[in-house]
Amino acid sequence: MKQLSTKVTSNGHGQDSSYFLGWEEYEKNPYDEIKNPDGIIQMGLAENQLCFDLIETWLAKNPDAAGLKKDGQSIFKELALFQDYHGLPEFKKALAEFMEEIRGNRVTFDPSKIVLAAGSTSANETLMFCLAEPGDAFLLPTPYYPGFDRDLKWRTGAEIVPIHCTSSNGFQITESALQQAYQQAQKLDLKVKGVLVTNPSNPLGTMLTRREINLLVDFISSKNIHLISDEIYSGTVFGFEQFVSVMDVLKDKNLENSEVSKRVHVVYSLSKDLGLPGFRVGAIYSNDEMVVSAATKMSSFGLVSSQTQYLLSALLSDKKFTSKYLDENQKRLKIRQKQLVSGLEAAGVTCLKSNAGLFCWVDMRHLLDTNTFEAELELWKKIVYEVKLNISPGSSCHCTEPGWFRVCFANMSEDTLDLAMKRLKEYVESTDSRRMISKSSHERIKSLRKRTVSNWVFRVSWTDRVPDER
Amino acid sequence: MKQLSTKVTSNAHGQDSSYFLGWEEYEKNPYDEIKNPNGIIQMGLAENQLCFDLIETWLARNPDAAGLKKDGQSIFKELALFQDYHGLPEFKKALAEFMEEIRGNRVRFDPSKIVLAAGSTSANETLMFCLAEPGDAFLLPTPYYPGFDRDLKWRTGAEIVPIHCSSSNGFQIKESALQQAYQQAQKLDLKVKGVLVTNPSNPLGTMLTRREINLLVDFISSKNIHLISDEIYSGTVFGFEQFVSVMDVLKDKNLENSEVAKRVHVVYSLSKDLGLPGFRVGAIYSNDEMVVSAATKMSSFGLVSSQTQYLLSALLSDKKFTSKYLDENKKRLKIRQKQLVSGLEAAGVTCLKSNAGLFCWVDMRHLLDTNTFEAELELWKKIVYEVKLNISPGSSCHCTEPGWFRVCFANMSEDTLDLAMKRLKEYVESTDSRRMISKSSHERIKSLRKRTVSNWVFRVSWTDRVPDER
Repeated sequence: MKQLSTKVTSNGHGQDSSYFLGWEEYEKNPYDEIKNPDGIIQMGLAENQLCFDLIETWLAKNPDAAGLKKDGQSIFKELALFQDYHGLPEFKKALAEFMEEIRGNRVTFDPSKIVLAAGSTSANETLMFCLAEPGDAFLLPTPYYPGFDRDLKWRTGAEIVPIHCTSSNGFQITESALQQAYQQAQKLDLKVKGVLVTNPSNPLGTMLTRREINLLVDFISSKNIHLISDEIYSGTVFGFEQFVSVMDVLKDKNLENSEVSKRVHVVYSLSKDLGLPGFRVGAIYSNDEMVVSAATKMSSFGLVSSQTQYLLSALLSDKKFTSKYLDENQKRLKIRQKQLVSGLEAAGVTCLKSNAGLFCWVDMRHLLDTNTFEAELELWKKIVYEVKLNISPGSSCHCTEPGWFRVCFANMSEDTLDLAMKRLKEYVESTDSRRMISKSSHERIKSLRKRTVSNWVFRVSWTDRVPDER
Repeated sequence: MKQLSTKVTSNAHGQDSSYFLGWEEYEKNPYDEIKNPNGIIQMGLAENQLCFDLIETWLARNPDAAGLKKDGQSIFKELALFQDYHGLPEFKKALAEFMEEIRGNRVRFDPSKIVLAAGSTSANETLMFCLAEPGDAFLLPTPYYPGFDRDLKWRTGAEIVPIHCSSSNGFQIKESALQQAYQQAQKLDLKVKGVLVTNPSNPLGTMLTRREINLLVDFISSKNIHLISDEIYSGTVFGFEQFVSVMDVLKDKNLENSEVAKRVHVVYSLSKDLGLPGFRVGAIYSNDEMVVSAATKMSSFGLVSSQTQYLLSALLSDKKFTSKYLDENKKRLKIRQKQLVSGLEAAGVTCLKSNAGLFCWVDMRHLLDTNTFEAELELWKKIVYEVKLNISPGSSCHCTEPGWFRVCFANMSEDTLDLAMKRLKEYVESTDSRRMISKSSHERIKSLRKRTVSNWVFRVSWTDRVPDER
């Protein structure tokens, strides 16, 4: 008799050994400015390391918050005993206000509609349990965060059907792509329960346009399905254009108290904006009472430590801090992203024009030997082993076009980023010379037309080594 | 089309409104020594509030631990970024050693076989996902912790089949009961994947005897199934007899490296021994590599906050502290339990002889009007509304005999416990006089013979008000 569940035993079948290779190589040979200057530079981790000093300064000025004290008095006992799955009221209030602040206070978030979770990983899975039966499907625009294959499908039994987006229009969601995805699901005999988007996008780093969000709201309205908007990167928008949340669109369309707004759910987390992935703070925001009620009970399986809720309620309640932080965070991200973009340009590499996130979506199609995913993997191995940069290949994000890579910029120092760009430039220049000798430009253009789309709809691709990272 | 999953919509059908009543009444009218001396005393919460002073003293002497510092230097950044699902190595090491210390250092726990989870709530659910398919069953001895209906069955689709235990032998597990449960599962066409026991037991407060554990190990060996031993109360053993863990039995039977050892899994948590339910610290310990590997990935859905892991690794690494704490904890629990037992005796009420846990299993069968669960519920309502004590009725723990109640003793002060016992004594004395007038002893003995077993196998009984508590 089978002793372990299929969730355990099928695991082995989903491992993408090439992806595993990059991580393994990095961990065997990690770059260190002093100890290992020739090591591999980690550019595959979407971490925000740019503003820790601001938080550390705040912590030093407010020792009670971490010290489990209130006005100098120990509240250790109260926190140790606090396991109410409704969450610490002062924390949910501060979190709601922080989410409002990120959206320019244009929309309101009611703390009673917030459900806390152990990171957005937990929040997204919980929402799936609430909205989908095993075998039901959610539509996701490609490329998307590789972790969704595990988070949305593994234990829930739900399926993901892709909404194909291409570089022809900057990977924006088109109505035809939406409809095509819906029909594809029906062909596969899958009941579509909703659409899930990440806005700003991982891995693109772009924000959904108002047009796209309107399209999505109209679509879910007509199909009577749900829309999950994972706005985990909402506080990392650094361009001139302001962030447009699905909540903005509902308000502008006067749909705030409508039936359709009950099917719109926002997911948030403090892992990216505040750079606190280790603290495991995520949230679901829903206008549907039943979803809030069920998700609240389910949060028992992933409550946020009361110690952490208390610390963060103090931090986020300090409006002087949050206002300064959000402002400074945007400034530093903008500068660092510019440094990456310039560095790439110097290497003759362009990326998708973006103004959010902790990464750029980089176009290396011209560096492929052939316009195939096999060639993408070959290029990736070269970049890992020869250039010594660990970046994320587009195929792992289910991109339909080979040659795109996600490159992170906020998890290293300026100098390290500089070095990474130098290495890339050297590689591209040496490759260019080799290319000009071996290939005619005519042949190159011909191979670019070949399109290969791998069958990735049900592939789970992660390994033991992949960190719980986006 | 159904918009929400059945996990959400079936929820409402499982609510036990009587159980809900007790909680609601308590929250409307909670006892407070000064502000509300006639309020309801909470005796349904299995919290350990007896030793907070020891931890607070330690915290005051070791400010770095909560202050996110190491040797006076801030390690905030490292902790903020630490989200490795393998857990903080120093924490797992300290936890393994703490678990060994609780077992008198008779057995070894290998930190690499520990998987951290957000409380044992998360740990138990994760184990179910790893060991059972939807529709598979686990056998559980009754009475058992009401939360298991949610934790083991809700999102996993697993089933629970009871192993009936009765007062005839102190609710111990008999071989005939085990076999009967197994056959019952087969009659219901359920594949049995294992047995789950809580040792020490909730709600009994007793430890499994060596005989019982041997029986269980032999049983799972012959049936080729799993054994989960939830040892969350292992550090609350205060009697003369030492705690016998399933790990002890495996060692004594020379089965430590055997095939059957791979099917024995221990669950632990710091919520009861250390009184830290708010910090969400649980663990799975397994000798099966595949289970450890899969459970580790699943822990992504409920990681322990790095802030909390760090604090507790410092606390548990201090052997002077842990040794003193475990010793003092036992002493205080013993005294407080004795106070409850004496108080009950003075009211003419006995309880199951026990030497562990944070509660007693109290025999109020003689106070029932009839030997039925309806009468138990009536008695319970009287105790909540008239005696103003919130205690847990045995039926909520799936006990097959009416009239048993779980009464907690470690979540209140001595004086409050004293008052609670006085109230009970007054009630019993007034009831006794009423009884002697209205009923002949002959009739009373007759009604005691009637046995009613409610069909509870698939009933989920918890409400929005029930705290995430055991």
